[in-house]
Amino acid sequence: MARIVVVTSGKGGVGKTTTSAAFAAGLARAGHRTAVVDFDVGLRNLDLIMGCERRVVYDFVNVINGEANLNQALIRDKRTQGLSILPASQTRDKDALTFEGVQAVLEGLAEDHDYIVCDSPAGIERGAHLAMYFADDALVVTNPEVSSVRDSDRVLGLLSSKTRRAEQGEDPVQEHLIITRYVPERVGKGEMLSVEDVGEILSIDLLGVIPESSAVLNASNSGVPVILEEQTDAGQAYDDVVARYLGQQREHRFITEKKGLFGRLFKG
Amino acid sequence: MGASAPGAAFELKGRMATLSVLRVLNADTNAVLVQLDARLAQAPGFFDGMPLVIAPGQSVALDTPALVALVSGLKARGLTPVAVADLSSEQAAEAGLGLLRNLDAPSPKAASARPTSDSPSAYQPTRVVTTPVRSGQQIYARGGDLVITAAVSAGAEVMADGHIHIYGSLRGRALAGVQGDVNARIFCRSLHAELVAVAGHYRLSEQMDAELIDGPVMIALQGDDLQLSAV
Ligand SMILES: Nc1ncnc2c1ncn2[C@@H]1O[C@H](COP(=O)(O)OP(=O)(O)O)[C@@H](O)[C@H]1O
Ligand SMILES: [Mg+2]
Repeated sequence: MARIVVVTSGKGGVGKTTTSAAFAAGLARAGHRTAVVDFDVGLRNLDLIMGCERRVVYDFVNVINGEANLNQALIRDKRTQGLSILPASQTRDKDALTFEGVQAVLEGLAEDHDYIVCDSPAGIERGAHLAMYFADDALVVTNPEVSSVRDSDRVLGLLSSKTRRAEQGEDPVQEHLIITRYVPERVGKGEMLSVEDVGEILSIDLLGVIPESSAVLNASNSGVPVILEEQTDAGQAYDDVVARYLGQQREHRFITEKKGLFGRLFKG
Repeated sequence: MGASAPGAAFELKGRMATLSVLRVLNADTNAVLVQLDARLAQAPGFFDGMPLVIAPGQSVALDTPALVALVSGLKARGLTPVAVADLSSEQAAEAGLGLLRNLDAPSPKAASARPTSDSPSAYQPTRVVTTPVRSGQQIYARGGDLVITAAVSAGAEVMADGHIHIYGSLRGRALAGVQGDVNARIFCRSLHAELVAVAGHYRLSEQMDAELIDGPVMIALQGDDLQLSAV
């Protein structure tokens, strides 16, 4: 049985797609057959971040409409074995995703994958709801600021009430917190919420903290999931996230201010 | 959402539900709505979507135009009239509502009759919530007390006809005694509330004593005065 992981947040621009790409690539690199699905119909960019936008022929909506089968639409990643991408449609309207269609696609993917990572669109409307509905796990991506935390809180409410597991009275969706774009120096100045603040408000398990890093933009410009940039802080932070998700113990890093010359040299 | 479940497409069940009754004591719809607005302003958001039964008070003749005006006035205020009581079926049909007969027959106790401790039949089980109440969620313990063993987030709302106990931090809104019980109280382990209210008397966060913030607090009415005190 495949495990379905939704990457969600409520708010846009917090790092869901960055996280989806890194997390899926990390799972595949650890030897798990992984599919990553872009639910952001109309605003697809997972394929860009994964560097496969030129290989898109068919998309998620084509499969739902029966215009292509799953095998035709799935793009096999060239760098990472066992990783495939189901791109969103660029043009269609949001109602193109139907409940039955999504269910059928996820069931199809479950046949030959260990993990299915669902990259949710922003908001709490239909697309976001469909992305989370079938989930077993949720990665809740939050920036350390009040409005992002509030939106994540809202999403946590939906995860505990508007998902298949909630509706059928099964074990709840397992919720994991990922704080992204973290800048310890700004926390120190009181401009950003601290890891503790966010954890206190949301009170769910902290899977990892991703520092604000120029490596993220560089990686996405070159179409490489940042986790594959092993020398970078963000890449290492995502590596920790995947390892913790898979059950390893890892100390949290990148959460304290870098001090002195040594810190400055390694900044960014 | 509807997966294609095989078999029966629906079930029809008899349910005892508690509905709020709007007892109309004045045949002048405007007068009713003006007073209602004042009440709604005391507890913003609390009545949103609340299903209502409209019933004329004794010796109040509510005619069809007044009824129709009242229904649209209620809807405009975010309330959801679902039925009329003690009116004719023609009037109900005209207002597009259902008709409840014998409303005052064996009903759950009237709003004003808060159970007293010496009437064992009045016992209402306390509602216990063990998971966080998140932003956008609302919990209402009708007819009794509410105990929450987790946090109430900013943007969440918890309400009870009786007392409210929160064994986590209270960052959202808590309203006790919402049917008018002035003896209801709120207890919380860590006060960061946006709003607290007892029997319609409310206090906003900006009106709370800074000393009490982040600490364990009890909120109770003394006369018309809402008191917040450390516990
Ligand atoms: N850790 C990070 N450091 C710096 N920039 C980041 C980080 N995470 C995401 N970003 C940037 O934020 C923007 C939004 O990220 P994206 O993953 O597309 O968010 P979402 O999918 O939630 O809308 C992108 O420009 C991305 O490069
Ligand atoms: Mg995105």
